[in-house]
Amino acid sequence: MALGDEDQIEVRDGVDRETIETVQAMAGKYKYGWETRIETEYAPKGLNEDIVRLISEKNGEPDWMLDWRLAAYRRWVKMEEPRWAMLSYPAIDYQDQYYYAKPKSMAVKPKSLDEVDPKLLATYEKLGIPLKEQMLLAGVEGADEPRRVAVDAVFDSVSVGTTFKEELKKAGVVFCPISEAIRDYPELVRKYLGTVVPQSDNFFATLNSAVFSDGSFVYVPEGVRCPMELSTYFRINAENTGQFERTLIICDKGAYVSYLEGCTAPKRDTNQLHAAVVEIVVLDEAEVKYSTVQNWYPGDEEGRGGIYNFVTKRADCRGARAKMMWTQVETGSAITWKYPSCILRGDESQGEFYSIAITNNAQQADTGTKMVHLGKNTRSRIVSKGISAGRAQNIYRGLVSIHPKAANSRNYTQCDSLLIGDRCGAHTVPYIEVKNTSSRVEHEATTSKVDDDQLFYCRSRGMDEEEAVALVVNGFCREVLQALPMEFAMEAQSLVAISLEGSVG
Amino acid sequence: MVAQAKLDAAALRLDALGQPQTGWTAAARRAAAARLRAMGLPGRRDEYWRYTDAATLNQPAPQRAALFDASDEPVVFGGLDRVKLVFVDGVFDPAQSDDPEAAGVELLSRQSADIHWAQGLYGVLEARGQSPVPRPFAALNTAAAVEGVLIRVTGKAEKPVSLVYLHRSDSSDAILHHCVKLEAGAELTLLENGPAAARLNAVLEVELAEDARFHHVRTQGRDHERRAVTHIFARLGGGALFKSFTLSANGVLTRNEAVLELAGDGAVAHVAGAAVGDGAFHHDDTVFVTHAAERCESRQVFKKVLKNGAVGVFQGKILVQPGAQKTDGYQISQSLLLDEASQFLAKPELEIYADDVKCSHGSTSGAIDETALYYLRSRGVPLRQAQSLLVLAFLAEAIGEIEDETIAADIRLRLEGWLARHDR
Repeated sequence: MALGDEDQIEVRDGVDRETIETVQAMAGKYKYGWETRIETEYAPKGLNEDIVRLISEKNGEPDWMLDWRLAAYRRWVKMEEPRWAMLSYPAIDYQDQYYYAKPKSMAVKPKSLDEVDPKLLATYEKLGIPLKEQMLLAGVEGADEPRRVAVDAVFDSVSVGTTFKEELKKAGVVFCPISEAIRDYPELVRKYLGTVVPQSDNFFATLNSAVFSDGSFVYVPEGVRCPMELSTYFRINAENTGQFERTLIICDKGAYVSYLEGCTAPKRDTNQLHAAVVEIVVLDEAEVKYSTVQNWYPGDEEGRGGIYNFVTKRADCRGARAKMMWTQVETGSAITWKYPSCILRGDESQGEFYSIAITNNAQQADTGTKMVHLGKNTRSRIVSKGISAGRAQNIYRGLVSIHPKAANSRNYTQCDSLLIGDRCGAHTVPYIEVKNTSSRVEHEATTSKVDDDQLFYCRSRGMDEEEAVALVVNGFCREVLQALPMEFAMEAQSLVAISLEGSVG
Repeated sequence: MVAQAKLDAAALRLDALGQPQTGWTAAARRAAAARLRAMGLPGRRDEYWRYTDAATLNQPAPQRAALFDASDEPVVFGGLDRVKLVFVDGVFDPAQSDDPEAAGVELLSRQSADIHWAQGLYGVLEARGQSPVPRPFAALNTAAAVEGVLIRVTGKAEKPVSLVYLHRSDSSDAILHHCVKLEAGAELTLLENGPAAARLNAVLEVELAEDARFHHVRTQGRDHERRAVTHIFARLGGGALFKSFTLSANGVLTRNEAVLELAGDGAVAHVAGAAVGDGAFHHDDTVFVTHAAERCESRQVFKKVLKNGAVGVFQGKILVQPGAQKTDGYQISQSLLLDEASQFLAKPELEIYADDVKCSHGSTSGAIDETALYYLRSRGVPLRQAQSLLVLAFLAEAIGEIEDETIAADIRLRLEGWLARHDR
């Protein structure tokens, strides 16, 4: 927003002028907008079969993988980009970007973290993700017992390193870049890849199937409780390059894993595409927690630049009493198109989705979940909090589908939206399909501004306006923040503080 | 881009109907036909038809529906002092009707070439209501309707106007188009009852000036095989009140759309529906409420009772435009599924571009509450009576939207009768 526009803003109760000025000021405060100067090797610009072959060759893939990619590519060229979301953005030129970018220092794959280019290590250090096994994640030092997090760091198109690999291996847990898994665990990858998100699933998933360059692979064997949290940190650095990562998590019978995902990108005036696929297989009595703090560059206050984030995430609860929990804090990206879903196939399986989506300036987020109840006695719970400020549009879009055979299933959905300022939008588009009578489905949604009574109460206790608004807004998000693992709760809380305190006080 | 098949279907349908080109409606009809030819008829991939199959509505040929004898219950609204206007298979029947002119009601079928007040209304609200969601059957109606009433009220109407729709031919294909204009401060109750035809396409356009009050209650007949696609388009001026309630019992396919625009500050619009279906029953309520002014209130209350494979659909939307501050929007859609075969498909939407608003929606679906049932039985209420009580209690919020207690009692009586007949 230009400075001259300020006079046109109508100031409302509960959101004072200073607040709005802070919002404007915050727009320039993306913390991770710097770029690592590093020599990068690119594939030729554009997309065609040769690029697909090149990516496959760079990763040293077997023929079956190349064939799989080519089948996806051939399908993709015949597909049309979906336009049903409430998002407006100029047409994406899929030929005007790079599909593969890798730091030159990664030409020979480092054997251990010690061999990784110091520049790359410094990048992650600066992001608060030190790639050293001795170090704890920043922010959790006060914990009673030191908690460790294994990290797979993905930089543009390649994984630069994975920590605690050996220790995890002792517990039987496989945690490695998917490029390595294709080589080292082909039978597992072949068995599960594309079975949760098929190649034909949607335009962006098909594109990803053709050109994904790296990502993380997790296998937790039967009965194993993963000894530490696993995490992947995605960093886009190269200009004009799309990032297409693919994550495959298999949690075998009775196993447990908590997986964290974070992402950032430099500030640029042009948009960059990010089209990821996450597939999760949850077998009998297994449990997976997947937490995301999405903080891609959101673009500037005018809406210039920012990441286009088109992501397909799905978990298949294949076994009885399997449990899946998605938690997301979405604060970044110019465009977010993301619906982490649960297929509740196993009897008594359970899916949960907790989401905070914050949009500011010209950001647009169309996000939500799908809960597909196929098994008997399946349960799902959706709690979504959308906060919209500036000229942003924030859409919750979700599906709850109870199939005829999913007897005695339960769903509870709550979607709340908060609007800050009179030029933003908050929308709710739920689809509810109930095909049996023993199931109970409840959906509630509200849209409101910050409650005057609550503000008045806080202020009468001596808080100033901005503190009071911040407190009310944090209370609004609390249900979701509480669902995050501790390591992330810290980061998420500070992120919400940046995004929200910037917006409201 | 609109699929060619949908465009072809629209052209076929229009050509089969023929469009009256004379009189003051001619321009509106031509425009509506052009709209329809551009948008096409609904296809299976249309977002707003994802839960309802329009194939039998798209067919140019009339659809058959066996006649139904409803004489086992008293005539709907029979006890009211009303202006009764009867349409048989969609054609006005003066012999069974009161004198429309004496009551200030004009007939669309008696149109002249003169300038007419309804020129500012016929097809006008329908055309406004085509964006952002196309409503092809409403455009088809404007293009081809011959029958209907035109009512303009300046004060408080003495009696309710009661439109009675009789179904006498098993392949009748009726198109009715009504226009109602209430001037500032005017008040009218409009009643509609009966199936009208084997297949009905009805449009009601309502324009309410400041502080006008409009009450609308309709029952759609108990014929099992009938099909109906209806649209209500209403535009409310400042302080105006709009209340509409629909009772749907049976019917193989019903799609009731309401498109309401709260255009003046402080307007109030309530739209409610109770639908009960047993077996081959597909009932779709599609509502679009636009808040375009400040301090307006809207309520959508839709309840469905479904058994033996009946399907209930609800698609409701509240759109709050920029600047429509202090909006109070409420939407509830609930269904009671009485057996395993029934389905409820809902899409309750909010689209909000103003910050100082209170909007909420709720949607639930489930079986009869076993605890409540147990409570009643433990108090000595027989099972069937207890079930029936709970079903009526479930529907009460929708019926509560009818302001006139005599009419509400009439509706309740019909629901009780339906439940007794469809007792398992």
